[in-house]
Amino acid sequence: MVGSGASVAVLLAVFCLAAKLSSAAEASPSQSLSIFKPESTPADSIFRLSLLVLAITGCIFLVVFSLLAYSVVKYRRRAGDNGREPPQVYGSNQVELAWTVIPVLIVLVLFLATARVIRSVQDSPEPPGAIRVIAIGHQFWWEFRYPDLGVVTANELHVPLSDPSHPTPTFITLLSSDTDHSFWVPRLAGKTDLIPNRVNHTWIDPHETGLYLGQCAQYCGTQHAKMLLSVYVDSRERFDEWVEQEKKPALGDPAAEEGRQIFETTACVNCHTISGTVADGRFGPDLTHLMSRETIASGAAPNTREYLQSWIQDPDAIKPGCLMPAMKLNDHDLDALTTYLLTLR
Amino acid sequence: MASETIALGTVDGGARPIGERLHDWVVTVDHKRLGILYIVYSLVFLVIGGIEATIMRIQLIVPHNHFVSPQVFNRMFTMHGTTMIFFVAMPILFGFGTYLVPLMIGARDMAFPRLNAFSFWMTAFGGLLLYFSFIGGGGLYGAGSAPDVGWFAYAPLTSRAFSVGHSTDFWTLALLVSGVGSIGTAVNFITTILCMRCPGMTLGKMPLLAWLNLITGGMVILAVSPLTAAQIMLSIDRYLGGHFFDTQAGGSAVLWMHFFWIFGHPEVYILIVPSFAFASEIIPVFSRKPIFGYPVMVAATVCIGFISFSVWAHHMFTVGMSSYGNTFFTITTMIIAVPTGIKIFNWIGTMWGGKIMFKAPMLFCIGFLFQFLIAGLTGIMLGASPFDWQLGNSYFVVAHFHYVIVGGILFTIFGAFYYWFPKMSGRMYSETLAKWHFWLFLIGFHLTFDFMHIPGVLGMPRRIYTYEPGRGWEIWNLLVTIGVFFQAAGVLVFVFNLLRSLRKGDPAGNDPWDAWTLEWSTTSPPPEYNFAVTPAVNSRRPLWDLKHPEDPDWKYE
Repeated sequence: MVGSGASVAVLLAVFCLAAKLSSAAEASPSQSLSIFKPESTPADSIFRLSLLVLAITGCIFLVVFSLLAYSVVKYRRRAGDNGREPPQVYGSNQVELAWTVIPVLIVLVLFLATARVIRSVQDSPEPPGAIRVIAIGHQFWWEFRYPDLGVVTANELHVPLSDPSHPTPTFITLLSSDTDHSFWVPRLAGKTDLIPNRVNHTWIDPHETGLYLGQCAQYCGTQHAKMLLSVYVDSRERFDEWVEQEKKPALGDPAAEEGRQIFETTACVNCHTISGTVADGRFGPDLTHLMSRETIASGAAPNTREYLQSWIQDPDAIKPGCLMPAMKLNDHDLDALTTYLLTLR
Repeated sequence: MASETIALGTVDGGARPIGERLHDWVVTVDHKRLGILYIVYSLVFLVIGGIEATIMRIQLIVPHNHFVSPQVFNRMFTMHGTTMIFFVAMPILFGFGTYLVPLMIGARDMAFPRLNAFSFWMTAFGGLLLYFSFIGGGGLYGAGSAPDVGWFAYAPLTSRAFSVGHSTDFWTLALLVSGVGSIGTAVNFITTILCMRCPGMTLGKMPLLAWLNLITGGMVILAVSPLTAAQIMLSIDRYLGGHFFDTQAGGSAVLWMHFFWIFGHPEVYILIVPSFAFASEIIPVFSRKPIFGYPVMVAATVCIGFISFSVWAHHMFTVGMSSYGNTFFTITTMIIAVPTGIKIFNWIGTMWGGKIMFKAPMLFCIGFLFQFLIAGLTGIMLGASPFDWQLGNSYFVVAHFHYVIVGGILFTIFGAFYYWFPKMSGRMYSETLAKWHFWLFLIGFHLTFDFMHIPGVLGMPRRIYTYEPGRGWEIWNLLVTIGVFFQAAGVLVFVFNLLRSLRKGDPAGNDPWDAWTLEWSTTSPPPEYNFAVTPAVNSRRPLWDLKHPEDPDWKYE
């Protein structure tokens, strides 16, 4: 008796506490990655399905939990038991039939509802106005290429708002240059893996402007944890402005000429591209418009002079195990180089 | 009849030098000794795997923590997963099976005693190989130590381009070697159960534990073989220039996933079916009723065995299968809930109308029923593939499968420990300490794994050594980590109880639980030959028939 009653109490207490704490520990809206705050059709379809699934499993839970708790409490051996064995019951075909058929029917309902959502999300056709993006997973950062727009960027994906009356969804082709990764921005869509030698697809059509966070969801090596991901949903006008800016080659700011030379004569160029210069490496992020991004190191640090310098000198201090080598420049060169990078708007 | 089988007493030689007694354990082919070796071996690894989990949880107690480096963290989750599955859960269940199956079917040993010993030592060497990686993993390159590729070791992280040194090789070899042991044990179980049952014990009169181990044996052969094949292919890739999984040379990463999960999902059932077996023996005895719907329980388990081979790609809902593939694996995954649900209902039916005694084995089985219910329901959520696109590879999944493996499997294993400890040692454990163990572990379990679902829903992926503050994940990770210490305290009480009772426990007698299966008809611990006279049975509960000659089971079955 003690066992059963108390274990029920513990379970209930745990769930009450959970409900209470979850309201207390809310993340601020732009920081939230909750799958229950969808802002895009795929995430929303999943959210609606999840409500149905939760409702059905919740009912099953209540019924079976009550049966279990009832039988444990009701049929406990009482104090002053006569010591005789209870009636020996071996089974009942009717009861077995009932608790076979009813679950089969429930499963059927769940399956049909699920199959609809699978088709609607996965087989949704690409409308004419869609933006196309190629996302390439790298250890441990994201490369985003807009083949129709001639834009290349990293880690921070910009997409236009999709107005339901004139949908402009973004269709993303997912590739990997090394190991498996997974593209997951919970408020916009479920996750889809990026797998080398394989072409995968996903799509989003955000209904609200703003910043949506996500991160790599398939273990990809040492720094899997800091392969963070941001999606900026802009109004159509702002998105077009952003595209125009990103399409331009890097400005040759004369004030930063020394830094440019340092960049072009050190190992930087082996891995990074800056359009309009000799740097055309593909191993690391494209830096042509580095300063248009909020963060560096795939979201691991803010994009400021101090962090840039610390990143260039000792990337392991920010992201231990990342593939960027420590450049070990002298103070003068580091200063000049950073000054140059800060002009890459 | 069972009454003739009351044994003649042991032929123990008394106190002999420790070296000689240890030698006996090393060369033994006795299924009882091998069973105990399996169990002790697994307990050691349970503690090691637990320490690895604790290290991870301390690292995640606050965001941006620096308790361990990312490299060490990645090794910890790889070793924790590999250890707990291959060197704790499987061998401990094999251990109980090896110990109990011959006793419960009235046999004197397994069908192949030397294969039995061989299998154990293969498993044991597998575990040692895995842990030798801490020393030898760096290889000539001096790169890293233990494997850090995750317990399902997705390609191409395991290729030589991404995993230099030998850590992955030790992982591969450990699984290859222990896999040979597992297949040997499975062959042994199947042969023993099919060929060595005592007179009168038709298949329909076998204890459920024997039935369920028979089914497990079949699943092990079918599931471990592809894993073993995959390990060989991986070694060919790494050393003989093969390109099965080497994506840089045109290999397929998805092929590895299929190989791994066609093993990996049945593996879950390979672990849970023997746990079902424990529950199916313990719940009737402590409810004082026979198992409800015995034929249905067998049929449901056979169904689970078959269906479990058609659900593997639900681990791969996010790899970009076609909508038809996702739909197929959704229905198979959901349908397996039906036979599983039937089993839960039958256990409730067994308790219904009984007189339930809350001894430690039963407490753990009741905990198992509640927790396995929840684990099954979160499994249905994950089976709905679109929901899985959100929940897969998040902490929700981690919470779900720990609910199965800890809340389901480990709870029944603890139950089995307390239930059969008197038989194995001849002594009773301390019921008070056992209750402390139960409550501490129950509280710890729920603190850790109930709250672990929530960061998953809030977008926290698994296998990250640290996380960003401000996303609403902090409080949950703190609570999860606090729970670990309750669980650790519970396990300490358990180990203490075990060691103390081995020396100081009250004598148990042959049949402390007034139980009904054949192992309780012989002495505790049983003599080397188990039964002086081969027993003969007429029903599923031979000792019930013996104790209640006026109302024997065989009249109704």
